[in-house]
Formats: sequence, C-alpha cells, structure tokens
Amino acid sequence: MSTTVEASTRRKSVQRWGILALAAGAWWVLYQVNKPFWDWMIGSVVGLDLTSRLGSGVHFFFYDTIKIVLLLTGIIFLVTVLRSFMSVERTRALLGGKREGIGNVLAAALGVVTPFCSCSAVPAFIGFVASGIPLGVTMSFLIASPLVNEVAIALLLGLFGIGPTLMYVGSGLIIAIVAGFVIGKLKLERHVEPFVFETKLRGKVIDPSTDLTWDDRIQMGIEEVTSILRKIWPYLLVGIGLGAAIHGWAPENFFATYAGADNPFAVLIAVLVGVPLYSNAAGILPLVDALYAKGLPMGTLLAFMMATVALSLPEMILLRRVLKPKLIAVFVSVTATGIIAVGYLFNAVL
Amino acid sequence: MNIKILGSGCANCVNLEKAAKQAVSELGIDATFEKVTDYADIASYNIMRTPGLVVDEEVILSGRVPTARQVKELLAPLVG
Repeated sequence: MSTTVEASTRRKSVQRWGILALAAGAWWVLYQVNKPFWDWMIGSVVGLDLTSRLGSGVHFFFYDTIKIVLLLTGIIFLVTVLRSFMSVERTRALLGGKREGIGNVLAAALGVVTPFCSCSAVPAFIGFVASGIPLGVTMSFLIASPLVNEVAIALLLGLFGIGPTLMYVGSGLIIAIVAGFVIGKLKLERHVEPFVFETKLRGKVIDPSTDLTWDDRIQMGIEEVTSILRKIWPYLLVGIGLGAAIHGWAPENFFATYAGADNPFAVLIAVLVGVPLYSNAAGILPLVDALYAKGLPMGTLLAFMMATVALSLPEMILLRRVLKPKLIAVFVSVTATGIIAVGYLFNAVL
Repeated sequence: MNIKILGSGCANCVNLEKAAKQAVSELGIDATFEKVTDYADIASYNIMRTPGLVVDEEVILSGRVPTARQVKELLAPLVG
C-alpha cells in the first residue's frame, strides 16, 4: 500500500517539475525569438523602415509589449513561489522586541521579501503597532514594501540590466530604513489614531506560509501572475504606447535639454510630478526606457519611478484610517526627500 | 455555526464569501454569515492580511482566497 502511494507521489512530483521545466524552456525560446521576429515582421512583412519614426515606434510597441509581459510572467511567478515561504505574521514575529535602528534595517529588508499588498496596509499597521513594534520600524516596513517591488525589479532587470536593478533595490532599502528611523525619532505616536493602541489582539495567529505543498505554491504563483497582469495591462499599454510615441517622434534632444543632467531642478521636478501620478511600475518603466534612450539620466528616471510607485493618493486615503494628517504629511515628505536625494546622488556618481 | 468574513469590501472578500457560501451549502451546514468591515474589529482577530475567515470566533484562514473545496476541507472537522 505505502509503496504505491509513494510511487504515485513520486510520479506526481516528476510530472510537476517536468511541466515547470518545459514552461521555463518555452519562456526562454519566446524571449530569444521576440526581437528577430518583430524585426522580420515589421521590417519585411509590413515593410516599414525600422530606422524611420513610424517603423521604430511600431517596432518598439510590439517588441516591448511581448518582452515586458514575458519578464513579468517569469519574475512574478518566481517571486511569488519564493515569497510563499514568508508571511506578514512571520515578519511581525521576527520584528518583535527589536530596537529602533536594527529594527528599521530588518523591517525594510523584510518589507521586500514578505508577500504583501498595500490593500492590507491598514490591518498590518494595526497588527504591528498593537503588538508593540515601534512606529518607526513599522513605517520602514510599509515604505519598503511598495517601493521595492517585484514588478519594478522584473522590468529594470530586463530593460536596463543588473546594475540599475541593484541600485534601485539598494537605494529603496536605504530610503525605507532612514525614513522609518526619522519618523521614529520624531516621536509622532500621538498622531496615530488612538484606537490602534487600544486594539486588543486576541486569538491564535494563523501563519499562511506553513502547511503549503509545492502544488499550492505553484498554484499561488500562477494566480498571482494572472491577477497582476489583469490589473496592470491598461497601465502597461498606455505606458508602452507613450514610450513608443516618444521613441519614434520626440526630437532627439528635447528631453535632454529640459530635464537632462545639466538642469539642477530635474530630479526635484521629476519627484513632484511622480508623487500625484497614480500608476505602477508596469506603466512607468516603458516610459522610463524610452526617456533613457532620449538621453535622460538614470538618477532622475529612478527618482521619478520611485515617487510614482511609493507614494500614491489611494494609499494615503487608506492610511488615513490609522494615521492623522500630520503623520501622513511627514511620511510623504520624508520619503519624497529620500527619493530626491537618491536621484541626485545617482546623477552625480554615474 | 457563525461565519464571519473579514475585509473592507475588496474583491477578495466577495470571492471568499462566495466560496464559503458554496462550501456551506455543499456540506449542508446551518450557518449564519456576517461581514466584518471595520478595521479595528478586523485587526482584533489578529489577522494582518485580508480577507479573513472566522468560524465561531476562531480564525481559520487569512490572507488568501481559497476555493470552495478548500473551505469545505477546513469546515468539515468543525461540524458536529
């Protein structure tokens, strides 16, 4: 009896990893043939000159759409499966009893690896603060989580390579650590809605990361890929469309003249424009890609992207349930200042 | 049996409620459903990711939307 059960488990496991290996192979082939295919399709079949405005714009649109969807699928799947071993509950347990300073560093790092959606920002905030985790440490987690996100990592890696990706992750962590630390030092606890501190946490903690089989984790990966793609495709198409327009039509030095490395206000303006802009990394990065090709410096572009994804009006409205306006203002200005500083720093060293 | 759906009205909560209602009708359980949308109340159940599923004041699931079959597996041992 037990041998047949074992054999069937083994067969299932071989089947599962076999299908995954096939999918990975298919992904790689698609990624490789994407460029030659569109070169051929737009250049030979449709017959557009790939160096012309229309030709390069149309090519950019199709080639980039496929490339970005492939990258998102691959990286979101991988990240979700790996993150299924972590949970907010485990993160809270790890942060319990940590002092400020070391706590901020740990919280920012955990903010990157913990599966978390900003729609749960409010219950997580209450859960952290009511269990005694310092306000500043909690904020480091809440800043790092959207700021360093897997969609941005996937796209930066694919569009700009490993260097800018590491810069982005590193600077995002530093902003979250410092901003959380500053908020902690400012002693703003009285600007948290009082009910948060009065909330009594009862009942046992359910940790959703345990008791999952590999099949569950793979299933979660597939669900996450479909749900994120479904959510971001309009942003993606608008972003790539704008990118394609800039790619094909914007005069070579237009952006570089007005927002290039010579303009000392470029980063500041980029962040001020990025904060109220409500989009996500998928909508912003195709734009960033096209602007980079037109000569804008990386620091300005990273600052623009970070401001857009880390600070958004809907999230502020959500956080208003637990934070009073003054604390929200401090949160936005401290984070924005960090992003501006990072933008200038990168423009200076690169 | 008293079943509470914890969450502030997002799509996930609606889907969880659907799955739970289907599971309950398939198991033939007599259950009352309640929605908890207030953040202070949600947090007091010690969950940090919505949606949450609470059966007779006991959290049995949080942070993901299960299928009806998974809810059935969770509810079955609690019947009786």
